[in-house]
Amino acid sequence: MQLTYSEKYRALQSEVRAFVARHGHLSPKPGGGRQKPSRRALDWQQLLLEQGYFARNIPKEYGGSGLPVDVLELAVIAEELAAAGVSPGIMNQGISMLVPTLLEVGSPEQCRRWIAPTIRGEIIWCQGYSEPGAGSDLASLQTRAEVVDGHFVVNGQKIWTSSAHYADMMFLLCRTEPDKPKHQGLSYLLVPMSAPGIEVRPLVTMTGRATFNETFFTDVRVPLDQIVMGRGDGWHVANVTLKYERLLLGDANKLASRLQRIRELMQRTVLDGRRVIDIPEYRDRLLRLQGDVMAAKYHGLRLLTEQARGEDSGLRRLIVKHHGTMLGYRLSALAVDVLGAAGLAYDPGDEAAETDEATAWHIDNMYDIGLMIGGGSTNIQKNIIAERGLGLPREPKAAPPPARS
Amino acid sequence: MLEASLRGFLADRLPMERRRAVAASGTGHDAALWAGLVAQGVAGLAVPERYGGAGLGVLDAAVAAEALAYHAAPVPFAASLVMAPIAIAAAGSEPQRQAWLPRIAAGEVRLAVGFAAPIGQTGEGQASLDRGRLTGRVQAAMGGGGTHALVYLADGRAALVAVDGEGVRAEMVPGLDRTRPLLDLSLADAPAEVLSAANDAQAARTRVLDAGRVMLAADTLGAAQAMLDQAVAFAKERRQFGRAIGSFQAVKHTLADLAAALEPCRALVWYAAHAQDALPEEARLAALQAKAHLDEVGREVARLATEVHGGMGFTDLAGLHFWFKRIAANRQLLGSPERCRHEAALVQGWIPA
Repeated sequence: MQLTYSEKYRALQSEVRAFVARHGHLSPKPGGGRQKPSRRALDWQQLLLEQGYFARNIPKEYGGSGLPVDVLELAVIAEELAAAGVSPGIMNQGISMLVPTLLEVGSPEQCRRWIAPTIRGEIIWCQGYSEPGAGSDLASLQTRAEVVDGHFVVNGQKIWTSSAHYADMMFLLCRTEPDKPKHQGLSYLLVPMSAPGIEVRPLVTMTGRATFNETFFTDVRVPLDQIVMGRGDGWHVANVTLKYERLLLGDANKLASRLQRIRELMQRTVLDGRRVIDIPEYRDRLLRLQGDVMAAKYHGLRLLTEQARGEDSGLRRLIVKHHGTMLGYRLSALAVDVLGAAGLAYDPGDEAAETDEATAWHIDNMYDIGLMIGGGSTNIQKNIIAERGLGLPREPKAAPPPARS
Repeated sequence: MLEASLRGFLADRLPMERRRAVAASGTGHDAALWAGLVAQGVAGLAVPERYGGAGLGVLDAAVAAEALAYHAAPVPFAASLVMAPIAIAAAGSEPQRQAWLPRIAAGEVRLAVGFAAPIGQTGEGQASLDRGRLTGRVQAAMGGGGTHALVYLADGRAALVAVDGEGVRAEMVPGLDRTRPLLDLSLADAPAEVLSAANDAQAARTRVLDAGRVMLAADTLGAAQAMLDQAVAFAKERRQFGRAIGSFQAVKHTLADLAAALEPCRALVWYAAHAQDALPEEARLAALQAKAHLDEVGREVARLATEVHGGMGFTDLAGLHFWFKRIAANRQLLGSPERCRHEAALVQGWIPA
């Protein structure tokens, strides 16, 4: 685990500071990721890419800077951008999940075609995994694709497809080999959302907003070369994506910036004539969370170090999603408590929903529960931690389901 | 590497019967184990090289503390082998360093460390120094069972007395954690050697205190990891209802929660230890938060790892209680988690001092 910033990093630190001083006013508000990037966000993204502050380690031919992985460089950049209150760049499912998946298992042609426009924020991706009958038991999914006239033809239904209403592409897990055992019959396709036969119906979440969808496929044609790895390899590819999704969901940088915002909130919110931060019961909650966030942050650095060395982090990686999402929820719960009764005004449909502080914290607090459920629920994560991480025995196999007629 | 050889040595030399025997003796001292650790270089780990030690930092000491706690070793490591040498190296005159540090590294003296000042520990802690003589009472000094005691006064000065010296009544308290006894000191006009070369006595005292807090955090980390590993092993072995109990989600989810809470603690402890060595601006916050966070996670691991063992966990026979009590004692020493967090708020300027 690397721990100290040497001269090299201090130089990078000053470089980033100078960049922010010169261009910081062009940054969009940090956060977002639940909507299509604005013009401002796209221009800022371009600046970050040119500077090597985004996609720093992605090969040049795929639109990145092609620099070798250096965990502390990434930490310095993230810290400086966060400290300046500017956006660290666009975070979405394409950038955080599909791009690393393609880099790990995609073909060079696929990397060349999809990565550059995705990291520029020009192609928005959504994830086609869950189905009404296949949630935690994802591999039992039924959406199928058959090869007809040199195309995959997709029929079926996906659910919980966040951002499908504005996405350009979907990475879709579907059944192409119905005769094989369930995990071996799946394929991972890259599907244009503009293809005829796709219908997206919004689903309103508990927050009152329609941020995810049901997506229906009727004879949707997908070119044969838009499969990642081969037919029947879908389960493997899907798990590569899930690995990145779970690391994203437990991201400690997000937790650290959230902690900072809550501390500021507690310093300016007054309860019974006192600043909330001066009330020991509230302050102790904040400090407890700070201990957790510090542990998560240094743990994240340790994982990045191991990743850069090509080591398998095993148990340490498996805990990240469960630990991070729970912690995120406890943080937003404190913010909601600090806001108190005055923070109960809530209008999620309003344009101001993302800018009104109280509404945004309540949305975050509920959204955090969604994050605990999505990407493999907390209960599934605990099974994974216990079985793969600690080596505990699996549940005894359930009786086989009755044969289908 | 020191850690691997230390772990191997402890696994070999400290079977449960041996731990039990030392605990029952009330001395907290195992002469053979001590001699072995001295031979391994553990006693001189934090002593500078020019005084006969290895000159390693708090980070290496934290790794050793974790290993010692993993084996619930009856060794006064935090006080005698980390806090005391740091105190003497920082605040002792050159002759004092030459007099004490080589003997610490050689295992010839073992110093308890006590604080006569508000550090967030309950109990009595008052001492005054008048013309080189100490008077007062200090409860729960860490590192009982040794030859000398180092007493910190409220103003940050530190003074050394021999436990069998004139005017010193040093009582080993039969404590909760029998692997590391505490010492109660009653001092009546006791001749003392004052560490006389500190530029800033309070700053030196704070460094010793924070190094101690990091050691306690590392100790709790090692002890909690030992309890979790034992609970996981037990859950794989123990069968009820015709299955290993670890195949029940009630049990495996409990253990998964503990692993998820404990694993990030290691990076926090390492970071806090490294900050003592190299990041002065972050050292205080990191030590306070590492101590407080490990106290909280440690208590949770201690309870649930015991529960997973069922009735056996509650017995003396299983011996799990050695680690449980170690974690419980660490929590109360050098400031409770609540007290450490309060200090963390002050250090960050969140509230006025």
